[in-house]
Amino acid sequence: MRYFIALALSFLSHAVWAQDWEDRQTFNEADATTSLRIISSTDTDLFAPLIEAFVAENPDVAIDYLVTETADIDRRFRNMPDAFDIAISSAMDLQFKLTNDGYALELQNVSHPAWAQWRQSLFAFTSEPAAIVINRAAFDGLPIPRTRQELIEALRARPEVFRGRVGTYDVRQSGLGYLFATQDARASETFWRLMEVMGGLDVQLYCCSGEMIDDLTDGTIAVAYNVLGSYAEARTESRNAFEIVLPSDFPTTMMRTAFVSKASAEPAAAERFIQFLVTYQSNPIDGTRLLPSLQDRDSGTERATIALEPALMTFLDALKRNKFTSEWENALIQN
Amino acid sequence: MLTLIGGAAVLALILFFAVRNYAVQVAQQGQDTILDASVTSMLDAATIQDGTVELDLPYAAFSMLATSADDRVFYAILRDGKFLSGYEELATAGNFLPDSPVFQTSQIRGAPVRTISASRTLIGANERVDVQIFLAQTQDALSETLDQISRNAALLGVGFFTLAAVLSFWATSATIGQLGKLTTSVTRRGPQDLRPFTKPVPREMVPLVSSLNSLVGRLDQSLTQSEDFIAEAAHRVRTPLATVRSYAEATLQRVDKEENREAMRSMIKAIDESSRAAGQLLDHAMITFRADHLERDAIDLTELVSDLAQRLAPIAEMKDLSIALRGDPHVPYSGDPVLLQNAVRNLIDNAMKYGPAESSIEITVSGKPKPQIMVCDHGPGFPENEIETLTTRFQRGANATDSIGSGLGLTIAQDVAMAHGGGIHLENRLEGGACVTLSL
Repeated sequence: MRYFIALALSFLSHAVWAQDWEDRQTFNEADATTSLRIISSTDTDLFAPLIEAFVAENPDVAIDYLVTETADIDRRFRNMPDAFDIAISSAMDLQFKLTNDGYALELQNVSHPAWAQWRQSLFAFTSEPAAIVINRAAFDGLPIPRTRQELIEALRARPEVFRGRVGTYDVRQSGLGYLFATQDARASETFWRLMEVMGGLDVQLYCCSGEMIDDLTDGTIAVAYNVLGSYAEARTESRNAFEIVLPSDFPTTMMRTAFVSKASAEPAAAERFIQFLVTYQSNPIDGTRLLPSLQDRDSGTERATIALEPALMTFLDALKRNKFTSEWENALIQN
Repeated sequence: MLTLIGGAAVLALILFFAVRNYAVQVAQQGQDTILDASVTSMLDAATIQDGTVELDLPYAAFSMLATSADDRVFYAILRDGKFLSGYEELATAGNFLPDSPVFQTSQIRGAPVRTISASRTLIGANERVDVQIFLAQTQDALSETLDQISRNAALLGVGFFTLAAVLSFWATSATIGQLGKLTTSVTRRGPQDLRPFTKPVPREMVPLVSSLNSLVGRLDQSLTQSEDFIAEAAHRVRTPLATVRSYAEATLQRVDKEENREAMRSMIKAIDESSRAAGQLLDHAMITFRADHLERDAIDLTELVSDLAQRLAPIAEMKDLSIALRGDPHVPYSGDPVLLQNAVRNLIDNAMKYGPAESSIEITVSGKPKPQIMVCDHGPGFPENEIETLTTRFQRGANATDSIGSGLGLTIAQDVAMAHGGGIHLENRLEGGACVTLSL
């Protein structure tokens, strides 16, 4: 009887898995006795070296790595918290709210600085600034803009070049895009002016970093705003075509975060994975690592890292979100 | 002392709970103030436009709720009791919304939280709308602070208790110890020792000791006075008695009538008894004084006893008694010769008094194992049932009614022996007669 229930459950879960994933990859399936399901917004390419290092140290653990968009992670996780062992996302606010709502397991044995963790449940493991990524070809012979203000001026100067060729996140779809947009809006009014300029140029909206960089690579767009620099740098084949600008007026830096589901069936293995993750990302080991490491906030850079604090929930409030989204639509979607 | 320690424990407990209770109030007040500020800033951001309530949540509202223990935050925004945004379970948890902020402690998602509820009335073009906000925060930082304060308060309480216990132990043992010492030194005093107590005592006990000393002083004074009085009285009586005796003897020579002579002899005997008693009283007073200030000279006991025996020999002969001296030829001893002579003379007097005519008095002086002088007679011996009490002052044997004596003889001998650190021993010989041994 139990066998049938297990079988039925596995069919059910397969029905869930049958939903389309951006990417799905299993590591170390052959030898493992335990399996961890990780739902993540990080491209498999960037994360694979870390997982391979982990399974090399822990041959008994298999990793089922599922990639989807940040807002989708939040949605799926809330629907089936027991379907995943670990959630990894770049949308700090959504991750924070999941933790605040009690979905995350408290891990006593993970040692991490107080500013990079919350309630010993949510752990930050990268520091990634939002960047303006520019296809050099579009600025041939012209100075590359270094601030948002310079970008506004550059876009205004040559609307014929940039019409239909600027891209940014669709904040209605992308959790990370929403986080970056709200943090920018908090920091300066320049953000709204930039949005209006981009709106006037028939902006292309993307759900995900990957597609945006794809279009940037093949020249469909010339400027991508608020994209993760790490993603652009990872594109080895086209890296030389890009200029990755970290705007010097008010940089926004995000920390990628991970937590273990409270409903996880393998909390011990999941905790081991988190331990490995934060250690791996804190100590530079070799050149094979593709994800940026966690930068100490006091390391001297001027980058304002978004803090892990309850204020992250502010823009997730339904009223606030409606207001922000409608303002954003007013600015960006003008036709 | 148990009372003191128990009191200290109770005080320590009271201290602990008072500090903890106060800390709870202060810490809770701190959290409530921040919740109040946060909810006020949220309510301030509420507006009504075209009949729609908008609430542009300020970033600072949640930012100010960040704590070191990463406390979780829940909130719910309602319009006229209808849920707008936030956590819906919080909105249904509380069912009333008064005007002023209300705080309460409850549970959300299994976590204990402090909840504030506050409301604000918005006035639109043609309507009035109540915006209500519930804001809840877990109390992890609060309980961390409280734990820390409780630990410190507990340490304080334990420290206070330990200090109080040690101090009370020290205070009691210091007082009891001094009292114990005083008790011991009072108990150890000999019967004659009426000197004041001079050992240092704690200041608190000085009045007790000085009143004790004053009592002892008065006792000593009155004892001395009565001894003096007895000596003075005996002295004053003895001289006229001697005069009366010599008159009586002269009269006896002149009286011829046998019955008158008999009366005169009785008279002389009574006078002798009185003068002997007076003499012994004087001796006793003298012995009491000398025993208190004992002077020790190097003497030979055998020589002292034989001198005495020679001097008493004529009196003994008058009674048809002989004195036989035996024992070691030399017994060196360090003592008061006057006292010792007095003691031995009293013993020989007794022996002469009770010894029958034609018998001998045997005196043995020995030096080992300790200096001893034994005086034996052939008289009737001591009554067996009184042998213990005979050395008490003025106590005479039941069979001595027809002899002269005051009952002081044995007492004097015993006082002298005790002043020299010895004693006397009374026994009856198997072949008849009494023996008194004076040990030094």
